[in-house]
Amino acid sequence: MNAIVKIENHDNQEIKFTTCYMCACRCGIKVTLEENKVRFIQGNRNHPTNQGVLCAKGSAGIMKQYSAAKLRKPLMRKPGSERGAGEFVEIEWDQALDMLTERLSHIRATNPSKLAFFTGRDQMQALTGLWAQQFGTPNWAAHGGFCSVNMAAAGLYSIGFSFWEFGAPDWDYAKYFIMWGVAEDHSSNPIKIGLEKLKRHGGKFVSVNPVRTGYSAIADEWIPIKPGMDGLLALSVVHVLLSRELFDWEFLIRYTNSAWLVVDTPGQKGHGLFLRDEQGNPLIWDMEKSAFVNALAKDITPALFGDFVAPDGRPVRTVMTLTAERYLDERYAPENVAQECGVTAETITRMALEMAHVAFKETVELDIKWTDSWGREHDKVIGRPVAMYAMRGIAAHSNGFHACRAVHLIQIMLGALDGPGNFRARAPYPKPIPPHQLPENNIDIINAPNTPLSKTPLGFPMRPEDLVIDKQGNPLRIDKAYSWEIPIASHGLMHMVITNATNHDPYPIDTLLLFMANMAWNSTMNTKNVQDMLREKDPAQPDQHKIPFLVVVDAFHSEMVNFADLVLPDTTYLERYDTISLLDRPISEPDAAADAIRYPLLKADRDVRPWQEVLVELASRMKFPAFTQADGSRKFKDYPDFIVNYERAPGIGFLAGWRGKNGEKSLKGEPNPKQWEKYIENESFFAHHWPDNQKYNRFANKDYLDVAADVGFVGKSEPITMQIYSEPLQKFRLAGQGLYDGPQPTNPVDRERLATYFDPLPMWYKPLEQQRVDEHEYPFFALTQRPMLMYHSWDSQNVWLRQILAQNYMYMNRGQAERMNLKDFDWIWVESHNGKIRCQMRTMEGTQENTVWTWNAIGKQGGAWGLKPEASEAKNGFLLNHLISELLPAKKGERRITNSDPVTGQAAWFDLRVKITKAAEGETGSWPEFPAIKPLPWDDGERPDTLRYSSRPEDNK
Amino acid sequence: MRLGLVIDLDVCVGCHACAIACKEWNASGTTAPLTDYQPYGAQPSGVWFNRIRSYEVGDYPNNKTINFPMSCMHCEDADCVTVCPTGASYKRAEDGIVLVDQTKCMGCNYCSWACPYGARELDRESGTMKKCTLCVDRIYDTFMPVEERQPACVLTCPAHARMFGDMDDANSAVSVVIRERGGYQLMPELGYNPTNHYLPVRKAVPIATENLGKQGFKDRLKGIVNKVVKR
Repeated sequence: MNAIVKIENHDNQEIKFTTCYMCACRCGIKVTLEENKVRFIQGNRNHPTNQGVLCAKGSAGIMKQYSAAKLRKPLMRKPGSERGAGEFVEIEWDQALDMLTERLSHIRATNPSKLAFFTGRDQMQALTGLWAQQFGTPNWAAHGGFCSVNMAAAGLYSIGFSFWEFGAPDWDYAKYFIMWGVAEDHSSNPIKIGLEKLKRHGGKFVSVNPVRTGYSAIADEWIPIKPGMDGLLALSVVHVLLSRELFDWEFLIRYTNSAWLVVDTPGQKGHGLFLRDEQGNPLIWDMEKSAFVNALAKDITPALFGDFVAPDGRPVRTVMTLTAERYLDERYAPENVAQECGVTAETITRMALEMAHVAFKETVELDIKWTDSWGREHDKVIGRPVAMYAMRGIAAHSNGFHACRAVHLIQIMLGALDGPGNFRARAPYPKPIPPHQLPENNIDIINAPNTPLSKTPLGFPMRPEDLVIDKQGNPLRIDKAYSWEIPIASHGLMHMVITNATNHDPYPIDTLLLFMANMAWNSTMNTKNVQDMLREKDPAQPDQHKIPFLVVVDAFHSEMVNFADLVLPDTTYLERYDTISLLDRPISEPDAAADAIRYPLLKADRDVRPWQEVLVELASRMKFPAFTQADGSRKFKDYPDFIVNYERAPGIGFLAGWRGKNGEKSLKGEPNPKQWEKYIENESFFAHHWPDNQKYNRFANKDYLDVAADVGFVGKSEPITMQIYSEPLQKFRLAGQGLYDGPQPTNPVDRERLATYFDPLPMWYKPLEQQRVDEHEYPFFALTQRPMLMYHSWDSQNVWLRQILAQNYMYMNRGQAERMNLKDFDWIWVESHNGKIRCQMRTMEGTQENTVWTWNAIGKQGGAWGLKPEASEAKNGFLLNHLISELLPAKKGERRITNSDPVTGQAAWFDLRVKITKAAEGETGSWPEFPAIKPLPWDDGERPDTLRYSSRPEDNK
Repeated sequence: MRLGLVIDLDVCVGCHACAIACKEWNASGTTAPLTDYQPYGAQPSGVWFNRIRSYEVGDYPNNKTINFPMSCMHCEDADCVTVCPTGASYKRAEDGIVLVDQTKCMGCNYCSWACPYGARELDRESGTMKKCTLCVDRIYDTFMPVEERQPACVLTCPAHARMFGDMDDANSAVSVVIRERGGYQLMPELGYNPTNHYLPVRKAVPIATENLGKQGFKDRLKGIVNKVVKR
């Protein structure tokens, strides 16, 4: 060792393990602390999610902890000041909580729906959902509606698990991997770990994406598809597979509804529903028995294809017959979709054949004995090693639900689900299709004062009777989720809340409570107008806003905070107790059910409280039944106490590890008073590793499903039949056609949407906004994506990360730019049907020619996020959001309709079309311009010109 | 011993994890702190030992994006050492690591002009030149678990695109992978004999698509004979 180099002194260092919160990936981290400062954050090598590695965001956690934007004390809008003027007074927590309790108690005692509680990028929906349910408001959701509900809903209505956090590619055995669209934050580290593994094993990586950055950079093949066309491409792949009989007969018959019989009586009630026996079981045609038999029974020999006549005389056809006829149609032939997709017919055909080759000729066989749900023993597990992953690139279109169903259809045809080398489920998934959880829709319960809902506000409708509407068919939720406009809005429509509440449509609310959601800036569509809505006064009561009271909970000074009437400052992820629960968005991996905790590593140096703690406090003050003893006293001392002792069902709580009196039980068991200590001892995570016989085919794996039923992942141990043909969708379609025995919509707009878009088989249609916008006037598709090193504004403020990216540009294909006489760093106007922006452009090869795109959430309002008003993000950065309307362009004779997927309500961010012109000489700087946000009361607005962070004691003397 | 890095360009996704881990470790490391300029203002910048450059090769649609992390190459014939007037820049005999003695450096910038790889970073606050130390304060730290005695960038890389080891040992993992994957030095023609190596992009093996299935299923569908599958 050279004398000049000193090994650091570890005497005053401490090492602690917790869970990262720099994005949705939730990796295990090992944190070295030195005299109460963060020395180093690294990946925890024992953690199932990240196995020791850590991304840029994770390592930059230090600078989030020391962010200048941290809120320090509760704030109240200064009396007499205008909302949005950013003038606040500091108040004490007691005052803040008293004020809020009083207001909320009054709402709860009069009209609980007048509270809308929406949460952003949190990972605590099990708690916030319980809280909303106990409050009694249906108006709760997290941000899934504007993120990727299309992926979740499509998966859960098709295969029982899904992209997002309910499934993952099996990197150990995959030989072919297709990534559809961007997916760089969900499973950020696992995907990077996996891609390297795939490439090391000689697997092929295909990226279907209009933009070649990030993961796509290392793809073996890049398919620059036109945005919104993924579903058409996928169905063309299905066409190729079908036309050569390249599908897995056994998988289809055993594990899917492909042999189920569908009643074929067009124009009549009951058309398109499954033929069922008297007990309601779906039927198949048994070739050996020459009879209609229960499709769920054992020892059956179903006909995969065929037309039959039911005993009652109705014609019936198998699902697979309908499927084959639909997709063998020339409409889906590669040569007939090539131009629309921007992908050559040769490429589409080759893609399909490559997948088929890998699935059927490079099959993986593992010598693992397992037992299927019908009790048959198998001595091998067969894997079709074609893996897929998809996220926002497919999700954020108004045709994304069906596009994602189309991708699942490829997986089903190849038999490439939950087997070695393909796309595998993560506990607690798979679940019944869809999960047996209906949204509360009993109007008497919803309107009852001081009464919890009997069910959670969100769920999975099976039929029109499950909609959350009143007798006249009007929405009962402020976001209109589960109304005729958006029947399967399983994550709500957060992007509609401010607009609807401002318009008092369907009704006025009193209080909007937002947690960690930047709805006044980068997380809303139509940002500038939404800011105006937040300021809008009610003409009927001029001293009151359209949204009378706005509570914002955040750890940082976001653009949203600026509009609050009451600000409740949160802690950072290194300062609080937290759970990453199996009841919520799990961190399980295919081979292990897992959950995790956070606990305070650092003491907060400000007057802030964890939002979890505040929720438990408010619930206790308002005496929510689940938080109150029979004698009326509070049940839980605090959040940690709640986590240990709350049981959703006997033995099932937020944390699955170290349950039982002495911590001896896993997944299920009575509360363990020492549960937090056990997690902390075990590096803050718990993993239940599945034995080999429970790792695969879990949709029909008896031993797995027995455990899953016992611990509450599923209701009972029975096979989960994949639904190529979705009967719930058909029921809604019948309602639209006036052929449903039950509630039906009266408005022709709703009827037409149901009849058109609730196809029981995957379909493709031109995105809704594009159906109404002239593509010659607006020739470009416009997209955003998120840089790998940032996760929305919470990370793009980070003083280290922003040194890498502090200004976004509009990227355009180089050849296209040359044809338009545009060049790098030109200022351009970008205009949509909803407005225009000025921004700076750059050119690149790796962008599809009809597409422009930019980085998301870099642009900031001056003065927000602890940055100086002249920060590059404010002066030159920009938001695409101004161009995107939350409503479809108006149409005569039609009420305004949400710019969302008509099935799920997923915000259609990526349906945008724009035109581009060069800005005039001298027109520079981003536009629209916003006034700089005022500093908060504790902040003099001064910022140092240099930062010299170090945890070494000698640097801090 | 000749310690250095091997960087696999086939799997580097340009995520900047290595750059931030480096910044994070070295902010409190042996040449701490690493100053940031205008951290809250326009055009923020700072001292970084590892930067990722991205560029495209080929024209659309046959273009490819290459992410290229660059840090000190710990050259065998390091001109940055030769030109140093104070002797602050030195190359360690025992492991080949090039370092800057902060107590001797006067910030004259000669070394940075001599370095063709742009690896040197002047800290304007301390007035000294700083650079990648190959985490010399990690790799010999016996307090750390053995598997963590690696540069922070290598430890963190999510795509395992970075490897650390002894290039002098023909059997080390880095030497083996350089041989097997055709690892190369950056700009060898300049004669600095850099220690760090890069692995080129792999060529994908074509997947057979012949003799798959039987065309004409549409015609066969009428009157199809179902396969017997019992369930």
